[in-house]
Amino acid sequence: MNWLALCSIFSAALAVSFGSIGPAFAEGRAVAAAMDAIARQPEAASTISRTLFVGLAMIETTAIYCLVIALLLLFANPLLG
Amino acid sequence: MMSPLATTTLLRIGPVPISQAVVTTWVIMAVLILGSAMLTRRLSIVPGKLQAALELTVETVDAQIRDTMQAEPGPYRAFIGTLFVFIFVANWSTLVPGAAPPTARIETDIALALLVFLAVIGFGIRSGGVSGYLKTFAAPNVLMIPLNLVESVTRTFSMFVRLFGNVMSGVFVIGIVMSLAGLLVPIPLMALDLLTGAVQAYIFAVLAMVFISAALPDASLPERTSP
Repeated sequence: MNWLALCSIFSAALAVSFGSIGPAFAEGRAVAAAMDAIARQPEAASTISRTLFVGLAMIETTAIYCLVIALLLLFANPLLG
Repeated sequence: MMSPLATTTLLRIGPVPISQAVVTTWVIMAVLILGSAMLTRRLSIVPGKLQAALELTVETVDAQIRDTMQAEPGPYRAFIGTLFVFIFVANWSTLVPGAAPPTARIETDIALALLVFLAVIGFGIRSGGVSGYLKTFAAPNVLMIPLNLVESVTRTFSMFVRLFGNVMSGVFVIGIVMSLAGLLVPIPLMALDLLTGAVQAYIFAVLAMVFISAALPDASLPERTSP
């Protein structure tokens, strides 16, 4: 176990843990806002939920990028050879 | 634990290795084609139960296309509907014991996103001609041309990374939990995985609709989302 592998494992865990904080807060805010809007205007629920799903997919992308970086570090690390 | 980026080669046809995901894709394709052929073979004016369910599905797809693209669904129904049904069936193929969803392999997702990339160009050129399609790159004003060019590549990239990340992480988490506690414990996670699979299929189809409608020349641009 050399330094490079150790750093890779550590930074993979770091990337996922810190990279998921932001999207988690953002998705929470988005869902809360959508709930508020649906409570005010129940007849617009289908439009709101469709836009919400697309927006959540966009927000979630940042967390998934972090996951992909972590997986690359763990399974396809170019530096470890 | 096996790397999620590695592929398992099942057989070789000449020099071409055939991976497990490709075989699963072939099976799904065969099921979808045969199923559609069987279901649409005897259509009647007064629908039976199966035909009613089929018509309900098609009408739902139509309504979604009409809502999202604000266009008549005729030219897009086949592409969007096939995309949704294929990804949905592929994500839910975890229900078959021993089968792994082909969308959990990155090459399947790259192929699907490339299809959307080409379909955007195709639909754009078909509805507005080459010049009309190229004009959509200067959509708000001319300064946006480099950004729009970059966006058309990055949104394709984020499309397949999103699908791959979601489906693969579901399979991966279930594998980890299964190796820790195999009996009954992974079932809630599997249910969550099915929900994620359905939502991701829907999102993929909706994003394809949004991208295609952004490439149409005189569309009213309902919601121009950029990842």
